[in-house]
Amino acid sequence: MNYNWHWKVLLETEPGGTGTYLQYLIVGLGWTLVTALAAWVIALSVGAIVGTLRTTPLKWAVRLGNLYVEVFRNVPLIVQMFLWFFVVPELLPAALGDWIKQMPPPWSSYLPAVMCLGIFTSVRVAEQVRAGINSLPRGQRMAGTAMGLTTAQTYRYVILPQAFRIILPPLTSEFMNIIKNSSVALTIGLLELTGRARAMQEFSFRVFEAFTAATVIYLITNLLVVLLMRALERKVRVPGLIAVGGAPMAGH
Amino acid sequence: MGFDFDVIERSWGYLFREGMTFTLTLTALAMVGGIFFGTILAMMRLSSNRFVSGIAGVYVNFMRSIPLVLVIFWFFFLVPYIGAWIVRSPEPIKVGAFYSALITFTMFEAAYYCEIMRAGIQSIPRGQVWSGYALGLTYGQTMAQIVLPQAFRNMLPVLLTQTIILFQDTSLVYVISATDFLGAAAKVANRDYRLVEMYTFAAVVYFVISYGLSMLVKRLQDRIAIVR
Repeated sequence: MNYNWHWKVLLETEPGGTGTYLQYLIVGLGWTLVTALAAWVIALSVGAIVGTLRTTPLKWAVRLGNLYVEVFRNVPLIVQMFLWFFVVPELLPAALGDWIKQMPPPWSSYLPAVMCLGIFTSVRVAEQVRAGINSLPRGQRMAGTAMGLTTAQTYRYVILPQAFRIILPPLTSEFMNIIKNSSVALTIGLLELTGRARAMQEFSFRVFEAFTAATVIYLITNLLVVLLMRALERKVRVPGLIAVGGAPMAGH
Repeated sequence: MGFDFDVIERSWGYLFREGMTFTLTLTALAMVGGIFFGTILAMMRLSSNRFVSGIAGVYVNFMRSIPLVLVIFWFFFLVPYIGAWIVRSPEPIKVGAFYSALITFTMFEAAYYCEIMRAGIQSIPRGQVWSGYALGLTYGQTMAQIVLPQAFRNMLPVLLTQTIILFQDTSLVYVISATDFLGAAAKVANRDYRLVEMYTFAAVVYFVISYGLSMLVKRLQDRIAIVR
């Protein structure tokens, strides 16, 4: 392969004048993480509620939860991104829609991207929460009732504390997915890590240096998240349970 | 603002004959290629040879650690160079968006299919392999005639669910301006300035197909479960 590598390009100044290309990419990583973390807050809270509702004896709540999961699971992420960016502001009241559209960049892409990733991932979190609750022995729920707890109290003090500790490993991989999936936000103009690697390639014509640098940054980030979450998993593991890998699931 | 759903009727032929054909062809070919290479990778990962299993492990973990969008960009720029290297051409050769996308999705999904097939192979009792060897079959014959058929059968629902995800993920070829279903919808949307209508319509079409397929997978799963 005759490609002339030119690694020093990383230390050259990017055309925006904010610093070197390397700094430009690192700021991109910052945007990736800020987007992923904000979306993760939405995904966890909405996912926990929807997943819990789907295990309750309330028929309408189960149905509503199923509908929510099916809708957001069966539309591709990039299409959902376009819906949040192009369609939702048009459907909102005109004043609110205009306010969103006229926010200064990057906020006009950041807000839809966070909403999109949060809701998209909440469906997957909901599935994990439901699986975690269903994996508990039935006796736990019965014991709660026998002790005179209401359904809400049983969930609060017996079911959910155990379920969340059990599903921490699959939630780790969902968090890594949200970091990776945030790259789709480049299609609505958010300059996160992949978007900046692409921009750097267009400015400097150094294709493989730009993508190699981005790839290495993603790999390091992944490694750090894995180490961090492993430490957390050790800390909150339910004593006495064998840490089992769940059944293989399709994913991306 | 007024809605103009007429635009869908006007662009129907372009959307489906060109766009959806691209999407479905890409999905089908990438599924076949992905399962083929994924199965080979799974056998490599389960190999007793440390070197072989190590290579497969690094490949799978690498592919699963970086975003698909970045992988699409990588192959879009890399494939012309690899092609030039293979045919010994001094200049990078031209590869269309379709073949670039096909190679990308085959290589990327192979990593995910690999993990599914690995679980499938591991779900087969060891006695099956031993009885194969006891009958005088070679490793290849035992795999091809005893282990893999059962592994495929056990994993069929998960393999198909992964394929539905692959179908949805092919919409990301938008980033290299390919004319898949979403690409076609986006081109019409920008030409006629009908973004709201076209993107809503695209979402509905993707939903109907994915949901329909997932219902079929569910039924298949129930049938397989009864037979076992």
